[in-house]
Amino acid sequence: MDKKAFKKSIPLYVLLLPSAILLFCFAYLPLGGIIMAFQDFNPRLGIFGSQFVGFKHFLQYFHSYQFGVTIKNTLIISLYGIAVGFPLPILLAIMCNQMRAPRFKKVFQVITYLPHFISTMVMCGLILIFLSPSSGLFANIWGFFGKEFPNVMASPSAFSHIYVWTDIWQHLGWDSIIYLAALTAIDPTFYEAAAMDGASTMQKIRYIDLPLIMPTAMVLLILRVGNILGVGFEKVFLLQNTQNAMASEIISTYVYKIGLQGNQYSLSTAIGLFNTVVNVIVLLLVNHISKKTTEASLF
Amino acid sequence: MNTIAKSKKIHVSSQDRVTNMIFILIAILMIAMVIYPLWFVIIASFSNPADVATGQVWFWPKEIDLRGYQELFKQDSIWHSYFMTIVYTAVGTLIALAVNIPAGYAMSRKDMYGRKYINVYYLIPMFVSGGLIPTYLVVKNFGLLDTFWVMVLPFSVSIYNIIVARTFFSSSLPDSLWEAAQLDGCGTIRFFLTFALPLSKAVIAVIALWTAVGLWNSWFNALIYLSSEELQPLQLLLRRILISNQSLLGAATGEMANELRQMSDMMKYGSIVISTLPIMCLYPFLQKYFNQGVMIGAVKE
Repeated sequence: MDKKAFKKSIPLYVLLLPSAILLFCFAYLPLGGIIMAFQDFNPRLGIFGSQFVGFKHFLQYFHSYQFGVTIKNTLIISLYGIAVGFPLPILLAIMCNQMRAPRFKKVFQVITYLPHFISTMVMCGLILIFLSPSSGLFANIWGFFGKEFPNVMASPSAFSHIYVWTDIWQHLGWDSIIYLAALTAIDPTFYEAAAMDGASTMQKIRYIDLPLIMPTAMVLLILRVGNILGVGFEKVFLLQNTQNAMASEIISTYVYKIGLQGNQYSLSTAIGLFNTVVNVIVLLLVNHISKKTTEASLF
Repeated sequence: MNTIAKSKKIHVSSQDRVTNMIFILIAILMIAMVIYPLWFVIIASFSNPADVATGQVWFWPKEIDLRGYQELFKQDSIWHSYFMTIVYTAVGTLIALAVNIPAGYAMSRKDMYGRKYINVYYLIPMFVSGGLIPTYLVVKNFGLLDTFWVMVLPFSVSIYNIIVARTFFSSSLPDSLWEAAQLDGCGTIRFFLTFALPLSKAVIAVIALWTAVGLWNSWFNALIYLSSEELQPLQLLLRRILISNQSLLGAATGEMANELRQMSDMMKYGSIVISTLPIMCLYPFLQKYFNQGVMIGAVKE
């Protein structure tokens, strides 16, 4: 150990101290709490007094009816979200980059970023009001054409569509910023050379924009796929009701229900841990595949 | 730059002009799809609820009706939770800055001993977490359940923001500045406070804005850790109005029930406007800072 270098770094450690302590308390201590997943945790006995039961709670989850349902619903929402939410921001960024109307482009960007700042709570409120079969905006539009608007919030088959497309509405513009940054970094001489050769806008997109945006796209895809079982709790929880529960019960809402509402601490922790482990494995796997095939990777 | 633009203009073919037109048309359509729902909420909050429910209101308020807002203004719980949200946002942002900016600076210094291990310490929580119940129990054991502080302190560390700050410091604070300060006998902490901080207003603004918007919009921690009425933030109160459909006006039957339903519809539109207004008003002015944050973060990736 280099004593001198350590001593010189002490003021830097002081600057790190608050965040390091908070991380230790509220990220690493809970990480230790994962032991609960392998115990019959009893709050009175605590982590050190509760009995170890091995993989009992994991098996209980795997054998339960809810296992298939929650995994299926989580995967459907997640994969659907990637299938739509991954390519669209790229297309939007490319379109925006090629648009020849600078002032209009600015306005367009400012407006499409706007919904990103609406809170999930308000967003879900908007969805519920607009889709209300009696008085919502959609009911009015349908009524204008003399049709009746179905109660889509009560239909399990509509849930993933509602979830994914409202997400697109809210975040499409914002998600394109990062690609736009990558596109503006492209050397303008590429475009000049292409223009000299008489390339059309579409050809420029195909032979310059797409190949040069690929590394950024791959990294973001890895991050998204790596979080495949990590569908956000908030929006699903708020849009969930007893009628659409068949399609809207995902892992995180189930963990919440049995953990905090049902007080089955160990089972809830086991399911959460299963979720994390799958995510990390998928992340490493996708990262590895991407490294081999496209040379883009996180680490 | 100018010559490039000029030469481009000369070469624009008719095919490219069509492509450009299509792009602009798509863009106009998207603008309409974003703006119209938001505009509709605003006009619906000012219109007679019966007209809104029967599809009479499309582009402009009809029969201006302010009862929704009057009813909302009468609700003490709304104003109290509004106040709480403002306090959480202000205090939480200050704490987050005090925690994350110094960490970002320290991480940017390549001469920090053990930097590699410290990096790992900060990165692990990005990918794994203990999950809901273990975190809940830790918060409980610290005696933070149902306190003001649980909303602003435990989860104030943002690894993403630390990375943003680190990237900013290491790319825009020249090493020579620190070397020169050292020769004058200036220590690390004094250098950070008197040189690094004043030069990093841009990144401080970005992180402050992001944190503030996040805190303003957050409700998950409140749902899990708070039970007292008087600590509830605005977003959680909105849940009652918007999602659980609980009327703040009490129950009624018969003819009154219909009236009451329309009233609660008005209050829904009104509460969305009231709660989102601050962000939407500030947004056009702050938008460039938000963008900058994404750009700084992207450099790392």
